[in-house]
Amino acid sequence: MKLLRSKIFFQGVLIINSIMVLLPVFFLLNSSLRESNDFASTPFALARDPYWENYSKVWSEGSFGSYFFNSLIITGGSLILILILALGAGFVLGRYQFKGNNLIFGFILTGMLVPAKLAILPLFIQLKWMGLLDSRLGLILVYTSAALPAAVFIMSGFFRSLPNDLDNAARIDGASEIVLLRRVLVPLVRPGMAIVAIYSAIPIWNDFFLPLVFLQTPEKKTLMQGLTVFFGQYASQWGVLFAGLCLAALPLVVLYLVLSEQFIKGLTAGAVKG
Amino acid sequence: MSSALRREQNRTTGALLIPALLVIIIFTTIPALTTLSYAFFAWDGFQRGSFNGLENFQKLFAYPYSDQLFAALKHNTIAFVVIMTFQTSLGLLFAYAMFRIKRGLRLYRVVVFLPVIFSLVVVGYLWQALLDPFYGPVNQIITGIGLPEFAKPWLGDTATALPTLMFINLWRWVGFPAIVFLAGLNAINTEYIEAARIDGASEGQIFRRIIFPLLAPSLTIITVLTFIGAYEWFDLPFVLGGSNGSPAGATDTLALMFYRLSFGSIDSGANNVGVGSALGVLIFTLVGLGAAFGSKMLRKREVEQ
Repeated sequence: MKLLRSKIFFQGVLIINSIMVLLPVFFLLNSSLRESNDFASTPFALARDPYWENYSKVWSEGSFGSYFFNSLIITGGSLILILILALGAGFVLGRYQFKGNNLIFGFILTGMLVPAKLAILPLFIQLKWMGLLDSRLGLILVYTSAALPAAVFIMSGFFRSLPNDLDNAARIDGASEIVLLRRVLVPLVRPGMAIVAIYSAIPIWNDFFLPLVFLQTPEKKTLMQGLTVFFGQYASQWGVLFAGLCLAALPLVVLYLVLSEQFIKGLTAGAVKG
Repeated sequence: MSSALRREQNRTTGALLIPALLVIIIFTTIPALTTLSYAFFAWDGFQRGSFNGLENFQKLFAYPYSDQLFAALKHNTIAFVVIMTFQTSLGLLFAYAMFRIKRGLRLYRVVVFLPVIFSLVVVGYLWQALLDPFYGPVNQIITGIGLPEFAKPWLGDTATALPTLMFINLWRWVGFPAIVFLAGLNAINTEYIEAARIDGASEGQIFRRIIFPLLAPSLTIITVLTFIGAYEWFDLPFVLGGSNGSPAGATDTLALMFYRLSFGSIDSGANNVGVGSALGVLIFTLVGLGAAFGSKMLRKREVEQ
C-alpha cells in the first residue's frame, strides 16, 4: 500500500515535470503556425488552420537560409576535424607505449581546464594577426581546439579497452599501422566516435558567443547569432519569430528524438562514468 | 618489438599526434598563457602599450569598475546558491522518481533531458515571449486565475529579473543533474537497499542513510559543474538582458562585465583590454581555485561501495 502510494507520487512528479517541459514547446510550435495578429489577440487558441506562410517568410525573406548553411558548414567542418584528429591522437596515446606518452596525455587534458571565453581576447588578436578573424575556418579551428582535449580523452579510453591481440594479428597479416587503425580499430571504436560527435557538435551548433565575437560579415553569421538579428528585424511579428525559433531548434530536436540514448550519453560524457 | 615496427610506430606517432597537438597549442595553450600577460600591460584599443604592473588590477577595484564588479560578483554568487539549491534538488527528485518507477521511464528520460539540447538563444527568446507583459501567456494565466496583481513585467523589473533568469536556467538545465543522478542511482548495488528494507528501514531512512551517501560522487560532479557554470554565467543573461545586464544592471554578471571591458558596449563606450584581462584572470582564478578546493572537500565525504 505504502509502496503504491509512493509510486503514484513519483509518477505525479514526473508527469508535472513533463507538462512543464512540453507545454512551452507545444506553445512555440502552435504559435509558429498562427498569424501574428491572431496570436496577439488570442495567444492560447489552437492553430486549427495552420498558417505556413510564417515559415516561408522566415526562409525566403531574411538571411535565415544563409545562417542555417553557415551553421551547418561550421559545425560539420569542426566535427570532421575533431573526429580525425581525435582518432589519430587517441590511437597513439591509447595503444602505443613510448616515453612521454603520459606527459603528452596530461598536457592535452589541461586544455579541458581552459574556458574558451576567458582566452577570447588573445584569441581575437591572434586570429586577426593570422587573417582568420571574421572567417568560418578560423571559427572551425577554435572549436576544434576547444573540443579536442575531451575528444582525445574519450577516444583514447575506447582504444585502450580493445585487446592487444587484434593489433598483433593484423600486423602478422602484414597490415601497416595506418591500415590497422583504419580497417581494424576504427570500426570497433564507433560508439566512442558517436559520443565524441554529439559531445562536440551540439555545443558548437548551439553556440553564439564565439560567432558574436569573431564573425562580423552578415553573410558569414551563424544561425544562433543570426537569431538575434532576426529578432530585431521582425519585432512583434510573433508568428514569424516563433517560426524562426522552431526552425533553429528543429534539426537537433529531430535528431534527438531518433537518437535520444546517444544524445543523453554524449552530452553527459565526462559527468557520468562508463 | 622489431626495430622496423618501432620505426613505423614512431613515424605514425608523429603523423597522428602532431596535428592535434599543434591545433591545441595554437588555439588554446598560447591564448590561455598570453591572456595572463595582457593583464599587466596598458592598452589602447587592441594595441598593446607599455608594461604597467598591477595598475589594471588597481583600476578594476576602484571607481567606476569596483561597483560593477561587486554587483556582478553578488549576482553570480546568488545564481550559484539558488541554482545549486533548487536545480540540484529538483534534479535529484526527478532522478529518484525515475529510479523508483518502471512505467513510462524511457519517455520521462527523453522528456526530462529535452530542454538541455536547446540552444540558450532559443530558450531565452522562447521565455521572453512566454513572459511578455502584454501578450505573454504566463501573465494571461495569472490574470485569468484572478491574481492580476501578480502579473509582472518579469524580465523588465529589477526585483524580478534575476530570479526569472534563474528560473529559465532551471527549466533549461534541470535535466542534466537528473540524468547524472539517475546514472549514479543505477550504479548503486541494490543489495544494500534490499537488506535495509528487510531490516525494516523506512523509505526515508533508506534514502537518507544509504542512497544519498552513495550518490556523493555524482553530487561532487554536479556541484563543481554548477559552480563553474554559475561564475561563468553569460549566454542567458546576454540574450535576455544584453551586455549591460538590463534592467539597470540587475542581471549583470562577471562574464558580461568581462565582455563589455573586452569589446566595449553601446552604453559604456570604448573597451579596456587591460582591465578586461585583469578581470579575466580574476574569474579564472576564482573558478579554478573554487572548483579544485570544492572537489577536494566533497571527495572527502564520498564513501566506497
